[in-house]
Amino acid sequence: MAPPQRPPAADYWRKNLTLIAILLSIWAFVSFGLGIYWAEDLHGIQAPLPGTPLGFWFAQQGSIFTFVILIWVYAWKMNRLDDEYFSDEEK
Amino acid sequence: MGVTGWTTLLVGASFLLYIVIAIRSRATSTGEFYIAGQDVPPLANGMATAADWMSAASFISMAGLISFSGYDGSVYLMGWTGGYVLLALLLAPYLRKFGKYTVPDFIGERYYSQTARLVAVICAIFISFTYVAGQMRGVGVVFSRFLEIDVTWGVIIGMGVVFIYAVLGGMKGITYTQVAQYCVLIFAFMVPAVFISLMVADTVIPHIGFGSIPPGSDVSLLARLDGLHKELGFSTYTLGSGNTINLLAITFALMAGTAGLPHVIIRFYTVPRVRDARKSAGWALLFIAILYTTAPAVAVFARTNLIDTVYKDGSFQPHEQMPPWFQTWEGTGLIEFDDKNGDGLVQYVGAAAVDGQGQSITNELTIDQDIIVLANPEIAGLPNWVIALVAAGGLAAALSTAAGLLLVVSTSVSHDLLRKWLKPDLSEKQELLVARIAAGAAVCVAGYLGIHPPGFVAEVVAFAFGLAAASFFPAILMGIFMKRMNREGAIAGMVVGLVFTASYIIYFRFLHPELDSAENWWWGISPKGIGTVGMLFNFMVAGIVRSFTSDPPADVMKMVEDIRVPEQRAV
Repeated sequence: MAPPQRPPAADYWRKNLTLIAILLSIWAFVSFGLGIYWAEDLHGIQAPLPGTPLGFWFAQQGSIFTFVILIWVYAWKMNRLDDEYFSDEEK
Repeated sequence: MGVTGWTTLLVGASFLLYIVIAIRSRATSTGEFYIAGQDVPPLANGMATAADWMSAASFISMAGLISFSGYDGSVYLMGWTGGYVLLALLLAPYLRKFGKYTVPDFIGERYYSQTARLVAVICAIFISFTYVAGQMRGVGVVFSRFLEIDVTWGVIIGMGVVFIYAVLGGMKGITYTQVAQYCVLIFAFMVPAVFISLMVADTVIPHIGFGSIPPGSDVSLLARLDGLHKELGFSTYTLGSGNTINLLAITFALMAGTAGLPHVIIRFYTVPRVRDARKSAGWALLFIAILYTTAPAVAVFARTNLIDTVYKDGSFQPHEQMPPWFQTWEGTGLIEFDDKNGDGLVQYVGAAAVDGQGQSITNELTIDQDIIVLANPEIAGLPNWVIALVAAGGLAAALSTAAGLLLVVSTSVSHDLLRKWLKPDLSEKQELLVARIAAGAAVCVAGYLGIHPPGFVAEVVAFAFGLAAASFFPAILMGIFMKRMNREGAIAGMVVGLVFTASYIIYFRFLHPELDSAENWWWGISPKGIGTVGMLFNFMVAGIVRSFTSDPPADVMKMVEDIRVPEQRAV
């Protein structure tokens, strides 16, 4: 089956790179930022649980929850982008 | 029924299950042997990846590691999970589109070079054997502790089971046994965790329990633990003790290393489509996160329990008043009490401990970190079948990881060395036979390493991550995201990254271990984190060399464009 007229792959790739950049910024912010670099500054804040210092919580819990969400957001967004650009569906 | 009876029953039943699965999913072609025929559903692949990834160390040692190092243990939690974000966003979907059998395959074809392939094969085999030695040892240790079987026989039984499903089923057999092994290991980890959470924090959800204020108390569990640590001269549980640069470097090296480990990457070749690779990365991390977010809670519960046992109402307790589990584990040598001042009290203190007169107190108690998971059911007073479950879970974790690693070794030999290099005229049938023989041989080598472990297993695991971070990760990343990265740049980068990282680790860990401390490290970065620097050197050297050499051939650049887009499909 011949591929139909489709928007250029370059456009798809640029959107992919933008999404990756956004998600990896969040990835770095929660782990390297909140979990390590600012962990000591955040030590006085008890959140999100009543008895956990915020920096410690991000280092041992919050960053991991965030990672899971980031991967699912990427999968969901990209799979939709694939449909938009590369399905053989009649437009 | 006693602990031994239950353990024999549960371990036996789980082994039988793995063997039945292996017989039902025999591989009949190289495609099935290498990548399970590429028809593994994303959910199943997620479970298989989680079992593949979570090793004996994750199951048995990690909660204990965090329990004894507090905040500093976070680098492992973040490092070993954050790597999946890199894998899911930067590597897995494109490698799935590439669709060939191994990681060296990608390196070899992308950089149109047998030298690059060979460097990759050597790294893959080295990393895998390094890692597998620890797994086989873990199998032997679980057998010896729970069933009182000699470590050697424990390793041999483990080898036998892996042999059956790895040699018969290849990736196909491994995948479905890993799915079963994930279920066993996560159940075995969560049951004691939930019970101990109920006991200490009065909630069934450990994640909430460890950050809460227990009923009947006015301070939170963590604040109380921090207070106890201060009284006993340990460093604050919820705060880091090391320098920030080193923590950042270690975390990043573990992340990039995780993303670059061949036995993990190869799991993403086994799903049908690019979109499934993305989803299965999501499932994989979700399944891993269940254990990795529970472990720090278990760590806090166990740490508090432990201190409360030896130090009650502000004074150390006499040895004869220790609970039965304390004595049981003293028998195995995992807990050692040496009454140095002869007063019969169990003094458990950190380096900074002083008594009322300002005199320093001597520590008399040595505790192995593995005890946290292994003794948890007993500490929490759980029935015998839960203790047996922990044994079955530890074995599942060790065997599933071992199988994934052995497959990497076998495919590297049969596919990359023989078919793609030494004997290109190999027929598919012959290649499959060689793959089976190589898998069988790899199991035997792994068993030997498990029975006679090289004394430096702990050191070489740091090696494996450092090398993966400094070699595979940058090489694959540039192969996908820099279309004009060429053979010369990639090889130069890999060689510099590898040599630098390996030299640094060998210097501080093997040649001059006495110098292995912060004041001698370059930029304050320990050998565990040096892979991050090696990776930066790899990128720099590759970029510089590329700018002086010619572009890759047109067909390679076409291939790069091709792996960046998903497959065409009818809707």
